[in-house]
Amino acid sequence: MLPSAHDDPFAQFKVTFFEECSELLTDVEQHLADLESGDFEGETLHAIFRAVHSIKAGAGAFSFTRMVNFSHKFEYLLDELREGKLEVDPDMVSTLFRAFDVLSDLVSFAQNGEAVEDSYGQDALDRIEEYLSGQNGGASTDAAGGAAPEAGAEASSAAAKELGLEDTSQGMSGATPVQTKPGEKHFRIEFTPSEAMYRHANEPLLIIRELSDLGRTETTIDVSRLPTLQALEPEDAYFSWVFDLWTTADRDDIDEVFEFVVDDCDLTIVTLDSSDQVVAVDVSPCHEDAGGDGFGFFIDEMDIQAGNVSAVAPKAAPKPSAPAAKTNAKPSAPAPKVAAKGPSAASPKAVSIRVDVERVDKLVNMVGELVITQSMLAQEVGHTENGPSDRVVSGMDELSMHIRELQENVMSIRMQPVKSVFSRMPRIVRDVSKKLDKKVRLVTIGEDTEVDKTVVEELADPLTHMIRNSLDHGLETPAERLEAGKSEEGTIQLSAEHRGGRIIIEIIDDGRGINREKVLSLAKEKGVVAPDAALSENEIDNLIFAPGFSTAEEVTDLSGRGVGMDVVRRNIQSLGGRVSVQSFPGKGTRFQLTLPLTLAVLDGMIVSIADQKFVIPINSIIETVRPEASDVEQLVDGGRVIRIRGEYIRVLPVSRIFGLPGGEQDPSKGLVILVEIEGSRTVGLLVDELAGQQQVVIKSLESNYKAVEGVSSATILGNGSVCLILDVDALSQMPVLDAVPARKNTNGRARISHDQSRKSVRSDMGSEEIGHAHQRQSSGNDNTMGAHVAAE
Amino acid sequence: MADVKVADQEVSKGFDPRLIGKDQSGADDQDAESGKMVQFVSFKVDDSEYGIDIMAVREIQGWVEVTKLPNTPEHVRGVLNLRGIIVPIFDLRCRFGDGLTEATDLHVMIIIAVGDRIMGLLVDAVSDILTINTEDILPVPEIEGGGDKRFLSGLITVQERMVALLEIEKLFDIESLVQQVVAAE
Repeated sequence: MLPSAHDDPFAQFKVTFFEECSELLTDVEQHLADLESGDFEGETLHAIFRAVHSIKAGAGAFSFTRMVNFSHKFEYLLDELREGKLEVDPDMVSTLFRAFDVLSDLVSFAQNGEAVEDSYGQDALDRIEEYLSGQNGGASTDAAGGAAPEAGAEASSAAAKELGLEDTSQGMSGATPVQTKPGEKHFRIEFTPSEAMYRHANEPLLIIRELSDLGRTETTIDVSRLPTLQALEPEDAYFSWVFDLWTTADRDDIDEVFEFVVDDCDLTIVTLDSSDQVVAVDVSPCHEDAGGDGFGFFIDEMDIQAGNVSAVAPKAAPKPSAPAAKTNAKPSAPAPKVAAKGPSAASPKAVSIRVDVERVDKLVNMVGELVITQSMLAQEVGHTENGPSDRVVSGMDELSMHIRELQENVMSIRMQPVKSVFSRMPRIVRDVSKKLDKKVRLVTIGEDTEVDKTVVEELADPLTHMIRNSLDHGLETPAERLEAGKSEEGTIQLSAEHRGGRIIIEIIDDGRGINREKVLSLAKEKGVVAPDAALSENEIDNLIFAPGFSTAEEVTDLSGRGVGMDVVRRNIQSLGGRVSVQSFPGKGTRFQLTLPLTLAVLDGMIVSIADQKFVIPINSIIETVRPEASDVEQLVDGGRVIRIRGEYIRVLPVSRIFGLPGGEQDPSKGLVILVEIEGSRTVGLLVDELAGQQQVVIKSLESNYKAVEGVSSATILGNGSVCLILDVDALSQMPVLDAVPARKNTNGRARISHDQSRKSVRSDMGSEEIGHAHQRQSSGNDNTMGAHVAAE
Repeated sequence: MADVKVADQEVSKGFDPRLIGKDQSGADDQDAESGKMVQFVSFKVDDSEYGIDIMAVREIQGWVEVTKLPNTPEHVRGVLNLRGIIVPIFDLRCRFGDGLTEATDLHVMIIIAVGDRIMGLLVDAVSDILTINTEDILPVPEIEGGGDKRFLSGLITVQERMVALLEIEKLFDIESLVQQVVAAE
């Protein structure tokens, strides 16, 4: 939040401004990446220009002078680029990137209310200046104009011509042809800036230039508003213009030119046919239109402005002087207001709306409630004495279907393409590969794949780190690559796809692969594994995720930041995901991230422990076993292990960890759910019985209470009761309580629950649903469960 | 300081039994000069009566089984599903050190809001809504060993019975303190 949120009446607008800034900057970054890859068109430059311009305009409105000054120059550079006066070459791209960095920093300084050093970003300014000084004098003088360009500063001779000032009489300027050529349309545009236009960091000159790019123009200037020198306010806009434009461009293109000033001027655009007759009367687009790229906080003002636009027949002479456009804001007729809505409805831009995330979350929650209520209702109906009537059954089915659909749709509102994260990667690849002197090509696939907003946001850090890791450790230097018979340029492929209700993100490099010998010896050295440990290749590969592990021989400024792959794993796991690595020595490495699509729901296995129900996230479950008594071993410290396929796995007696009286203590009589925990280790959770599998809505315990160790969150079951979701990683680190309270009962209750669990295990195992769930999770161990059930 | 002054007046008034009666019946005619009128929901735990600021009370609900939270202090009875919100329920008797309440259908949970948190207090029964003048609130005398004083904001006398007013913020503070200690252990 802004520090001055309470006393600043504009705080709310500033919040909107910064929100939009961050969106715009993301766009700019994306477009810059396109520029760099050479995969761009004129539109890319325009888009960057527009974004920078938007930021400048907003910054001007809030008097963020530094930001205005800087973006003003940035904008100039971009303007030269898009006019083709400057070339997009690698050096230029890096200047643009640097300028982008400075602008982003200025935005964040302004947002946090931090002071900025005067020299900050000077290098970028100097570089921009270098480019601009290579240009004609007019442009650079202009560029030096700074934040609030004054009318005087623009009156250099080149600009004067464009402004129509060349001939200060009100006559037509130049000898532009007046005939309308075939395929061209003739527009007449009356443009009267408001007095405050310059102060809002808008610049008519740029607009005029842009307009003249569209086709042939005839410009008439009206200087009648110009006051006497004594009364002249240097920062006010006094001129107004009438442009005759012959162009093949569409009306939309013209609207776009005025996009940023539409709320800040009187604007009338009419289409004329060759005989100068009015064939269509059109008014400037109303605010919905401008809202797409403009700033939402101008909406109210725009409302007035929309009414201010007069839908009149073209006048040969410019509009009579309108000293204060705003005080003049009376609708000239009721009709324009209606007409103003017209173009916007047809506009292709009005396809999205800005909605507060909180509102969406509220909706998601409500639907979650609905799902719970529905399952509660279904349960209740199923229990009625004579069974529900057919109509009730079909009604319930339909209800359930609709609610599922509703849920999916509501969830999809929070979904965002991973593009916003992926688009940051080219930048990182570029910077890092330059530092490392490696040649790298980044290929991204499936960047339109959608995932929950929170997941997208949380993905940036781990992904950045993994890409850095691949660049630093995975890919070889060009020389090494040539030696290995590979092309000089290494490739990193970043891909995303949906699979089985989860999103899979892969980072594949064609580098050297993981040096297993080195990893293993380092792991032994660092005590990550026992000195005599015999590990499979895959296990060795996964050691890189072990805490405190780094394979970099020397600490570069890329690695050695105290952030290792273990942090990546932890980040991913906190999102309910998992990460794995596969290495092909000499050929490359593949990292795979599997993440839930949403953090609002999860697939859970409901288990019963000491008469209480708990949810275990399905994604952490490997398999469920009931070990033979002979496979259960007691350790000296009182802990138990079970032997499965030659491996010993620690059994966590959940009931004792949680201090719950009762609950099965003997793994051979209860059930052991094998789950994967941090570091690819497996532990077994000792539970009494399985109660079924279902998708559950995640509820926070912390919002009204506080975090409870061993419990990640809670959910609400069909019967309305709260059920805790186990945090298996935390559980594995919690102490086992020696004495279970109310021990007296333990024996008797254990026997009863044991009998129950046997029964229900059989019936549950028969259930298709659970069987499937396990097969999906057990990855290659499909027959284990069958074997154990048979052993029963 | 303001509290002490109010208290002094209270002591002198407290000797006149008629005033106490009047405070109850003529509550609405009190003018601004004699202090602010406030309302409390009064409830019982064992034989003691307590009051809680009515503005904090969200709703009152009969006891239902709640989901126990592992490794939490004994007075944390568990969490309740209150129309989709997970609400912790505290056993007030246990909080006061008199052991767990053997909750039945006749027991009630008072759902209150403290700051932006919602929580529930398990009590024996809700008895009344009291409208009282802030001037009639007596200070809590110093008790040997602290006792309940830490989360009592004052005492009032209603029909010869003493009602202890709970300071929910303090109760909640202590709550989190206790939890921090437990967590540290």
